[in-house]
Amino acid sequence: MVKCRVLDLGLVSYEKAYYLQKRLHKFRREGGIDDVLILLEHEPVVTMGRGGKRDNILVSDEFLQSKGIRVFEIDRGGDVTLHCPGQLVGYPIIDLKFHGKNIHKYLRNLEEVIIRSLKVYGIYAQRIENHIGVWVGEKKVASIGIGIKGWVTFHGFSLNINSDLSYFSLIRPCGFESRTVTSVSEILGRVVEPKDFRHRLIGQFGKVFNLEMEKNGKQVSTLDSKEIVSCSL
Amino acid sequence: MKEIILPDMGEEVKEATISFWHHEEGDKVTKGEDLVEITTEKASFQVETPVSGILSKISAGEGEVVKSGQVLGIIEE
Repeated sequence: MVKCRVLDLGLVSYEKAYYLQKRLHKFRREGGIDDVLILLEHEPVVTMGRGGKRDNILVSDEFLQSKGIRVFEIDRGGDVTLHCPGQLVGYPIIDLKFHGKNIHKYLRNLEEVIIRSLKVYGIYAQRIENHIGVWVGEKKVASIGIGIKGWVTFHGFSLNINSDLSYFSLIRPCGFESRTVTSVSEILGRVVEPKDFRHRLIGQFGKVFNLEMEKNGKQVSTLDSKEIVSCSL
Repeated sequence: MKEIILPDMGEEVKEATISFWHHEEGDKVTKGEDLVEITTEKASFQVETPVSGILSKISAGEGEVVKSGQVLGIIEE
């Protein structure tokens, strides 16, 4: 079974996480490391994928600046999205040569990981035809947008656990109205322990992708995630 | 002469759009480097340079909708 190292990093700035992804992507492509699943949270930040339209950011650049919210145009598919504390962000750096070279299947598998994790909490989430992402009723709980280079993935998914949903009024997420966004805590009517959720999600990720998940193991010797995260840009 | 072909990206990914070329016609290109980026609804995908040489022709320009198996350009080795 292929191994997957989990890097559970807590709150990390968007730039540092991006840099970390690029470093790990390079290592993975060169075959120096196993698959990696990065889990973290970001301070409020807006990102625009290749299909991003400025119109889907509903406030001025000056307003965003006054709130300390930066906008990044990035190399993933999809439109505008927003990250904020309380939202679980996952960046799988996995080699699709070992998981079937099939982009759509990979996207569907990411949805499946999230759907199964939510099910553990009694939440019945679903896919909507032609719209990648995970929905509960009419509301979107998780967004997905990825990049692939040399068949190794980067970027990934974001799932609202205890996110402050008012942030989403700043954008039209993936081109939808912001009121269509929800979170696990809103659905359940209680705050969920993020660590427990991450634990469940890691388990489901291993099952869906048939990977042996290794959390903070010693097996990856060529990198020290803390060192990479703490290095300056 | 080597054709640059959009690889099979798996079932259901039948159409994609050229987001941009990393090089222009006439540029020297090196095997393994990123050559052209394709986007589907939720994924960006880098097509790598298949052989080193000169990018002699770009057959599918930016914004063009392309399909798996389609010739995107030609490299003269």
